[in-house]
Amino acid sequence: MSKSITLDQPDERNLLDRMAQGTIGKPRNRLEGPDKVSGVATYAAEFPASNAANGVLVTATISKGEVVSIDEGSVMDMPGVLAVISDQRMIARPAQGGAGEAPVQQVRQVDYWGQPVAVVVAESFEQARDAARRLKITYNADDAGELVLNPEDAKVWEEAPDTETVQQGALPQAMAEAAHAIDATYTTEGHNSAPMEPHAALAEWDGTKLTVHASLQMLNYNIDELADSLGLDAENVHLLSPYVGGGFGSKLGISPDVAAASVAAMQLGRPVRVVLSRQQVFHSVIRRTETTQRLRLAADSDGRLQGFGHEAKVTNLPEEEFAEPVTQASAFLYPGQDRVLKVEMARIHRMTAGSVRAPGEAVGMQALEAAMDELAEKSGIGPVELRLRNIPERHPSDDIPYSSRRLAECLKAGAEAFGWDDDDRRPAQRREGEWWIGTGMATAARIHNIAKAEASVTLMEDGTAVVATDMTDIGTGTYTVLGQIAGEMLGLDPADVLVRLGDSNLATGPGSGGSWGASSSGSAVQIACEAIREELCDMLGCKDEDLTLKDGFAIHSNRRQSLPELLNGRNIEKLGKLEPGDTEDDFSQASYGAFFTEVAVNAHTGETRVRRMSGAFGIGRVLNEKTAKSQCMGGMVWCIGSALTESMMFDRRDGHLVNHDLAEYHVPVNRDVPHLNVIMVEERDPAASPLQAKGVGELGICGGAGAICNAIYNACGVRLRSFPMTPDKLIAELPDI
Amino acid sequence: MKLAINGTTQGFEGDPRTSLLDFLRRDCGLTGTKKGCDHGQCGACTVLVNGQRINSCLTLAVMHEDDEITTIEGLGTPQDMHPLQAAFVDHDGYQCGYCTPGQICSAKAMLDEAQAGWPSAVTGDLTAEAELTPEEIRERMSGNLCRCGAYSNIVDAITQVKEDAR
Repeated sequence: MSKSITLDQPDERNLLDRMAQGTIGKPRNRLEGPDKVSGVATYAAEFPASNAANGVLVTATISKGEVVSIDEGSVMDMPGVLAVISDQRMIARPAQGGAGEAPVQQVRQVDYWGQPVAVVVAESFEQARDAARRLKITYNADDAGELVLNPEDAKVWEEAPDTETVQQGALPQAMAEAAHAIDATYTTEGHNSAPMEPHAALAEWDGTKLTVHASLQMLNYNIDELADSLGLDAENVHLLSPYVGGGFGSKLGISPDVAAASVAAMQLGRPVRVVLSRQQVFHSVIRRTETTQRLRLAADSDGRLQGFGHEAKVTNLPEEEFAEPVTQASAFLYPGQDRVLKVEMARIHRMTAGSVRAPGEAVGMQALEAAMDELAEKSGIGPVELRLRNIPERHPSDDIPYSSRRLAECLKAGAEAFGWDDDDRRPAQRREGEWWIGTGMATAARIHNIAKAEASVTLMEDGTAVVATDMTDIGTGTYTVLGQIAGEMLGLDPADVLVRLGDSNLATGPGSGGSWGASSSGSAVQIACEAIREELCDMLGCKDEDLTLKDGFAIHSNRRQSLPELLNGRNIEKLGKLEPGDTEDDFSQASYGAFFTEVAVNAHTGETRVRRMSGAFGIGRVLNEKTAKSQCMGGMVWCIGSALTESMMFDRRDGHLVNHDLAEYHVPVNRDVPHLNVIMVEERDPAASPLQAKGVGELGICGGAGAICNAIYNACGVRLRSFPMTPDKLIAELPDI
Repeated sequence: MKLAINGTTQGFEGDPRTSLLDFLRRDCGLTGTKKGCDHGQCGACTVLVNGQRINSCLTLAVMHEDDEITTIEGLGTPQDMHPLQAAFVDHDGYQCGYCTPGQICSAKAMLDEAQAGWPSAVTGDLTAEAELTPEEIRERMSGNLCRCGAYSNIVDAITQVKEDAR
């Protein structure tokens, strides 16, 4: 019935390359593509529900204090208004990724500006919106002296709970003795995930069971978070997220709409839909923390790192355990026996800080790679050559080997495709009219993880297959790659594989987060298919290596039989189970890559335009060349945003987010992005997963903003250490022309 | 009052505060048109009104008596896709799919605008025939945000449709 693999040893079998169908890795179109482009793919708020009421959240207009009273009478007489709910089962903050339990729930205790305090429910959205705006709330603001709203005002810095501090050797001495040393402090501003689909939930309660269509990334954790919040048993909660309009971390845990819709549906006994406004997505879900990062690089005369320091300061709300793991890639990317890695956190009253695409590396790598460019210049060694000289043989702290690592290949392939000149790096050498032109590069690195995953695969009597898991596809290509894995293993065209996702009643996967989805759930699909193949072998009396499945036929011993004929009216259903094992600790595992970019900096205005950008990436096995490249491209677009425009701006006086919508928080638009050239470097990583695949969803954002920073320096000679590199920061430093 | 939605006459007698977007999504059941910001900042709600692209969140349903509205559902179906829809699938001009209907409706009108000789902010010669270079397409499609970052592929998809139409 089921088959389980625990990855205690690298899985060297390389099953997928032994198969005959030839679909794995191919650039197939997305299986659900026609539904998406035709508008029939249905997202959370769009499911039909008869007699559904509409809820609109009301959020706090103070940064700390308590709700003294909510004057329901101020709105209950308005047309269509059904209820004003401010209930202890609602949630005041989103759940952190992987929490699996209720987040902070006291909605009447305000800890940040924009915290949900109530939900107003009415017959129509227009009525609820109007009433929510008019609802009179009295607060008792706690603005005593110790209220810390801004990171620069924080006095208490604690060691971050989940990031290991490394204190090895004597870094100050290494810095003093180094032939070339860099000691530089970089800053990054807060980021918002800003998925195109605002968080939304449609809840239905039948008196015992709660069914919620929601926009969520990790249903297995979300079900526990919601059940715990509501005081229900998890088996009485059913979550559905077949389509998710982008997540980027902000939908890892349940968001306030999910609990509010559920509570309202339970109270009113009818379906309730709650959709966050775009402003509420900014105010009431998560931010990526701003960071301050000190980089210390101590190199010998050949540019080889002897000392390495990366210390970061981040913030979050009181009681939150999450701290942006800024030094995550710094732990393994570069050598240096004298070593300091540290993340410190202060508690400030801004909205919850949580995981935004590639928590840690997204901001850590861009600062590190900019500092590496400073070292390259100081040492007179080419930026690519400097990085090639600093690929450690073993993990510099844990003394374990690396699993497959194609960093050098990525650096070389990317440089060649871009036409990179590693020798002449003098800045401010090229001008076209009023534009300074320059190039820059950076390394990409992102840790690889897998998580426990189950998936069910049924080989149907008609020779098609069904894959079923609660895994989600948030634009990642999950529907398609799981179809390709099953198609490869069972000898089927992926068009003959029905992939069912995003339903918490299906086999439990880890969900979409941390780039682990495809390699975890995909491995579970492969394992289930192995079990089906074993049963077919039993039926045929042959060994697996003698069985070829291709195009719907089973071939062995010169016999060729169609699957329907072989199955003779029965289905074979198997559950595949993957467990992470010892390879997690025995190898340093990560995806690697390299970015190359050319920018133009306006000599008068300081505006930066990215003119060219290439990325070469090694992600283990590529499951689908088309969707994998798209993931990398998307990451590179985020690099452009992180480098040039994205910054959450807070009012220092009351902690409220000023640029709380898409007109003021600037994500890259089409014209900000040149044609992106993505190169996938062929790789198999047996320690990473039975598929020999690694994570791809986040790698593309890990370092590229550093490449843009370095290109700006190369273009005009201005070394900025403050992201985003907006014109106001550049203009004062620009050379005369 | 009446509107023509994808060639079918629809009556509207609802709350006058109802945006064209909410009317389409809720009252007509045409959820292909997406709400991304409700403030005209993201383009996900782009539909065609009498052939021209418009952010349907920025206009009220009551303002469109007798107008002809075309939504993504009116352009094609999964079984019979419009060339732009097919090109978005082939070029992977999307990821999560939420901005996609707006991108495609916008692209449809944008191609017509270029055909009619409308210049854009990056057009050098305002009197010459508009040549839809990638730079022109990027500029003209910049009202449609894609957070997944599929822009490069979106430009490729539109370019292919433009070339095929020659």
